[in-house]
Amino acid sequence: MKQAFQSPSGILLALILAIAFIGPLLPLADPLAMDVAARFGGPSAAHPLGQDEYGRDLLSRLVHALRSAILISGGAAMISAVIGVSVGVVAGYVRGFSEALSMRVMDVILCFPPLLLAMLAATLYGAGPSTLVPVLALVFVPSFTRVAHASVMTVRGQDYVDATRLMGASATRIIFRTILPNIVGPLFVQFSFVVVMSVILESGLSFLGLGVLPPQPSLGMMIGTARSTFAQEPWLLLAPCLSLIVLVLVLNAFCDHLRQLFDPRRESGA
Amino acid sequence: MGWFVRRLAQSLVMLWVVVSLVFLSIHFVPGDPAELLLAQDGGSPDPLMVQMLREQLGLDRPLPEQYSHNVMGILRGDLGASMVDGSSVGQEVMRRLPRTLELIAAAGILSLLIGIPAGVLSALRPRGRFSRGAAVVAGTAQSVPVFVLGTLLVVLFAQVLGWLPAGGFVPFSRDPGKHLQLLVLPAATIAIGLSAIVFRITRASMLDVLPLDFIRTARAKGVPARRVIIRHALRNALMPVITVFALQLGGLLAGTVLVETVFNWPGLSGMLVAGVNARDYPVVTGVLVVVSAFYIGLNLLVDIIYGITDPRVRK
Repeated sequence: MKQAFQSPSGILLALILAIAFIGPLLPLADPLAMDVAARFGGPSAAHPLGQDEYGRDLLSRLVHALRSAILISGGAAMISAVIGVSVGVVAGYVRGFSEALSMRVMDVILCFPPLLLAMLAATLYGAGPSTLVPVLALVFVPSFTRVAHASVMTVRGQDYVDATRLMGASATRIIFRTILPNIVGPLFVQFSFVVVMSVILESGLSFLGLGVLPPQPSLGMMIGTARSTFAQEPWLLLAPCLSLIVLVLVLNAFCDHLRQLFDPRRESGA
Repeated sequence: MGWFVRRLAQSLVMLWVVVSLVFLSIHFVPGDPAELLLAQDGGSPDPLMVQMLREQLGLDRPLPEQYSHNVMGILRGDLGASMVDGSSVGQEVMRRLPRTLELIAAAGILSLLIGIPAGVLSALRPRGRFSRGAAVVAGTAQSVPVFVLGTLLVVLFAQVLGWLPAGGFVPFSRDPGKHLQLLVLPAATIAIGLSAIVFRITRASMLDVLPLDFIRTARAKGVPARRVIIRHALRNALMPVITVFALQLGGLLAGTVLVETVFNWPGLSGMLVAGVNARDYPVVTGVLVVVSAFYIGLNLLVDIIYGITDPRVRK
């Protein structure tokens, strides 16, 4: 874990997390407070990055949007990991019917393109974060299940697992104390990968107006609404675009870094 | 032969499961689906409207009857009618699908034209300047979400430089020139991310093939360098590229939703987004069934091509 953050991408990620979580505690303007008289107001002492089409503070909205992107994606990835890994580990350890069934269920989820599944959910349950998080979690469960399942399959045949079983350890003990610690590496890599995908998916859905609902700020939505006012105030569009690109770039770099850390055989950039 | 039949059967089962799940999805919702679809901003809907919608969607009939009605309808190509204006979902999908496919085809061709040569060049000198530069560009291209890329391209080429129109659609039959002009930006938006993937796979696959003995043999017997690379190495390296490319294309059918929205391209996405916003359930499920069927079909096709070229897969 320490090693993971001792890299350029790790430091940048820590910095982004700090901005997203400490930023809202600083005395910034209220991200929802409108000031229609000062709409499209340029940078000033009170509003360092200027104001949007309702006169809301851009900097404050960016910081809050960053935080909600990380919270939603991280939360969804966490839920997804817990469910996916449990199913994958049990399937890989118990084998038999439960394995066949759970892997087929995962195949079915994979038949649906993630964006479309999210749109179906938005139709049925209405758009908003309470639909968004469960859907994002559901969409990424199969990826965790597959990775966990494959890892358990390679680990379960090892001598030390047999040794633990011969010592009389229960199945729970073998799963939690012997197998899980040995497959944490690939799962960790998968987790970081899923966070990136969720960030992209969440921003896309918010861009379509199906994710985070206004007036709450979200990077995708800010990009969507600022498109029509680019001629008046280009920065309103460019700032969230840049924030999102930087966020995804850093997360991706961090993924690559983790992958090398846990799997030194693979070369980067290939 | 047995392998093909099994694989085909597997796809059909998959398709059946998808259709069933999409059908059932409305029944998974807690409470009365008709009421839920009509509910707006917390207000409870008019009971008469709910009753009408229930009849319209067939929700008042027994579940097995609804199910067989729906599935038989899909088999006949009937995807139901829009809740908003009663128009046929199937016809609307057929009207819009070619436009989406055109966009994907253009983007696909473009990405192959960029990705494969770049991958080959990069594999020839894996530590060279071009190779390192291309890897950075590809990594960046893959990190930019498509709708951000599309928006930025509109800003640059339509608003700042004024070279291309910002978006819209003109049928090819009415004005071919204008049609192609409008196609450039959305197709390029999709192609940039896709070509980064094609580039990476081509490069990795070429690096696997180039050190092999038959390449050395070809060189030793005096085959010109260009011919060795294209006819001997690339031909053998192309298989994984085709696989990954085809799978990506299937995923693109969904990914284009965002790009079509950015550029006002009237493909499936406009219909889908409007459907979701109006909570027009038959429209959304109709599009979902068509896209999923497409995706499953594409997967099947890839596996069959693979099975033909590499018999080891057929075990």
